Amino acid sequence: MASLVLAEHDNAMLKDATHKAVTAAAAISTPVHVLVAGENCEAVAQAAAKIAGVEKALHADAPSLARQLAEPMEALILSLAGAYDAILAPATTTGKNILPRVAASLDTPQVSEILKVVSPDTFEHPIYAGNAIETVQAPAGKIIATVRTAAFGAAAEGGGATLEKITAPADPGLSKFIGEALSKSERPELTSARIVISGGRGLGSAENFKLLDSVADKLHAAVGASRAAVDAGYVPNDYQVGQTGKVVAPDLYIAVGISGAIQHLAGMKDSRKIVAINKDADAPIFQVADYGLVGDLFKSLPELDEELAKRGYK
Amino acid sequence: MKVLVPVKRVIDYNVKVRVKADQSGVDLANVKMSMNPFDEIAVEEAVRLKEKGMATEVVALSIGPHQASETIRTALAMGADRGILVKTDQTVEPLAVAKILKAIVEAERPDLVITGKQAIDDDSNQVGQMLAALLGWPQATFAHSLELAADSAKVAREIDGGLQTVEVKLPAVITTDLRLNEPRYASLPNIMKAKKKSIDEKTAADLGVDIAPRLKVLKVSEPPKRGGGMKVESVGALLDRLKADGVI
Ligand SMILES: Cc1cc2nc3c(=O)[nH]c(=O)nc-3n(C[C@H](O)[C@H](O)[C@H](O)COP(=O)(O)OP(=O)(O)OC[C@H]3O[C@@H](n4cnc5c(N)ncnc54)[C@H](O)[C@@H]3O)c2cc1C
Repeated sequence: MASLVLAEHDNAMLKDATHKAVTAAAAISTPVHVLVAGENCEAVAQAAAKIAGVEKALHADAPSLARQLAEPMEALILSLAGAYDAILAPATTTGKNILPRVAASLDTPQVSEILKVVSPDTFEHPIYAGNAIETVQAPAGKIIATVRTAAFGAAAEGGGATLEKITAPADPGLSKFIGEALSKSERPELTSARIVISGGRGLGSAENFKLLDSVADKLHAAVGASRAAVDAGYVPNDYQVGQTGKVVAPDLYIAVGISGAIQHLAGMKDSRKIVAINKDADAPIFQVADYGLVGDLFKSLPELDEELAKRGYK
Repeated sequence: MKVLVPVKRVIDYNVKVRVKADQSGVDLANVKMSMNPFDEIAVEEAVRLKEKGMATEVVALSIGPHQASETIRTALAMGADRGILVKTDQTVEPLAVAKILKAIVEAERPDLVITGKQAIDDDSNQVGQMLAALLGWPQATFAHSLELAADSAKVAREIDGGLQTVEVKLPAVITTDLRLNEPRYASLPNIMKAKKKSIDEKTAADLGVDIAPRLKVLKVSEPPKRGGGMKVESVGALLDRLKADGVI
C-alpha cells in the first residue's frame, strides 16, 4: 500500500525532521505520502511536495489544526488511516503527543523512536536510555512508529509530488490552545545543528551560561544544556539534551561543566566527535569524549573563544 | 474530585544497565528497583491537589509483579489514599497497560489521571496518550505546570520550541515532565501510616483485558561502544585536533 508521514512544521516552515522520517518510511512501505496539517500552511505543503521520494503531499488546513493538538490530529489521521500500511511521525514532542493516540484507536502497538529499519516490519529502537538496543518485530497489520531523527539521513529536495487538499473532520472540542512561550534564537536548531555546545550545572548561573554564546556564535553552533542547568533555571526547558529531552547527533558536541550522567549521554553519545571541558578528571563524560580538557571552564571557555577569534572564526 | 495515578516499578535511574549475554533482555537480577521518576512527580502533583482541597481521593495503581506493591506503598507513603495492584509477571506492552487502565477508570470513575510521560525502562512515552484515546478524553502531555478548575485544567506543556499552554476539559489524562514539581521524601510516620492503607489486588483477566504481547522482541543488544578518547593539554591543541578531524 503506502506509508503516511506526519510533517513537522510551524505553519510557516517545514522542518527537516520530516525529511528524516521520510527516509525511514521509504524503507518500510512505498509510495510515501506526507500529511501537512495546520492553518494557513500552504507553503509548507508545497515544500513537502518537493521532498524527493514523496508521491503525494496531503494538505489539511483548518483553524482547529493550527497548533496540531492531539485530539483533532488523531481524528484527522484516523480519517486517512485506512489507505496506509505504515503511519510514521518524527519523534518530536508533536509526534510523540499525537501518534500513540492514533495507535490505540487502531488497536495497534506503536514502536517508539526507531533507529533503524531492519526489514519492513522489524526495527531497532533504544530502551533504558539507549543502554540497550531492542530489535522488535511488529505484528501483521499496520506499522505505527515514531522516528528518531538523529538516526536517519534527510531525504533530498527535488521531488515533484502531487498536492492534494483534504478536509479535516470536525474538531472533537476537548482541548484548546491558550498560548505559548517559545524560545527565540538566531542560532541553528539543536536537533539539526552541525555543532552543539552544551552547558551544565558547572556554569553556575544564568549569567555565566552566556559565556557559551560567544563560542557558539563563532562556530555557528546550537546551544544545549543538561537537565541540572534547566532545573536551576539557567536556560529554558527546550535546551535539555538527554534521555528525556532532545536527542542530538551533530558532527561536534562540546560538553562544558557537564558530568556525563547516563541520562545526559543518552541524548548525545552518537555525536561524531565529543569534547568535554570539566575540572574533575574523573567525570564520566570523559569516558565518551574523544577529546577531554581537564580544567576550570571559567578559564578554558574564554581561552577557547580567544583562540577561535585568533584563527579567524567570527 | 478523584485522581488516579498509575505508577511503574522500574530499574533505579542510578543503576548501570547491563544487557544479558544471550541477548534476551537486560539483567534485572539483584538490581535496585524504584518508582519511575516521572510517576513520582505524578504522585506528588496529585497529593498537592489533595492538600489544596481540590482532590478528594488519590488512588495509586501499579501493574506488575508482587513487588510492585512496594511501589504502591511508596505512593501511599507520599500521601495517596489507597492502592490497586494489577498483578502479572509478564511484560505488559503500553497498549495493554492503557487497556487495563481504561478498565480501572471505568470502575473507579476518576476525574483526572496523572501519570509519568515515560517510563525510564522502555522509554516508550505512549501510555497516557493511549489511555486518553481509548477513553475519548483529552490529554495534556509533558506537563510543566497545572492549574485545575472545576471542569477543566490549564496545562503548560514542555515542547521542543519552549512551552505551550492548553486547556483541556475534564475528565482528562495528564502526563508529567521533570519541571512540574519536586517530589517529596516520605516521612517515617507517613511510611508507617502507609502500611495500614489498603491495596486491592486484581488480575488482567479479572478486568477482561488480554495482555498477550503483540510485538516480538527478537533480541536486545549492546549499543555500539565509543572508542576511548584522549586528554588534550590546551585549547590550541584541541582546536588543532578538531580541525584535523574536519569538524570545525
Ligand atoms: C527521570 C530522569 C530523567 C533525566 N533526564 C535527563 C536528561 O534528559 N538530560 C540530562 O542532562 N539529565 C537528565 N537527568 C539528570 C541526570 O541524572 C543528571 O542529574 C544531570 O545530567 C546532571 O547535570 P550536570 O552534569 O549539569 O550536573 P552535575 O552532575 O552536577 O555536574 C556538573 C559538572 O560540572 C563540573 N564543574 C563544576 N564547576 C566547574 C568548573 N568551574 N569548571 C569545569 N567544570 C566544572 C563538575 O566537575 C561536574 O562534573 C535525568 C534524571 C532523571 C532522574
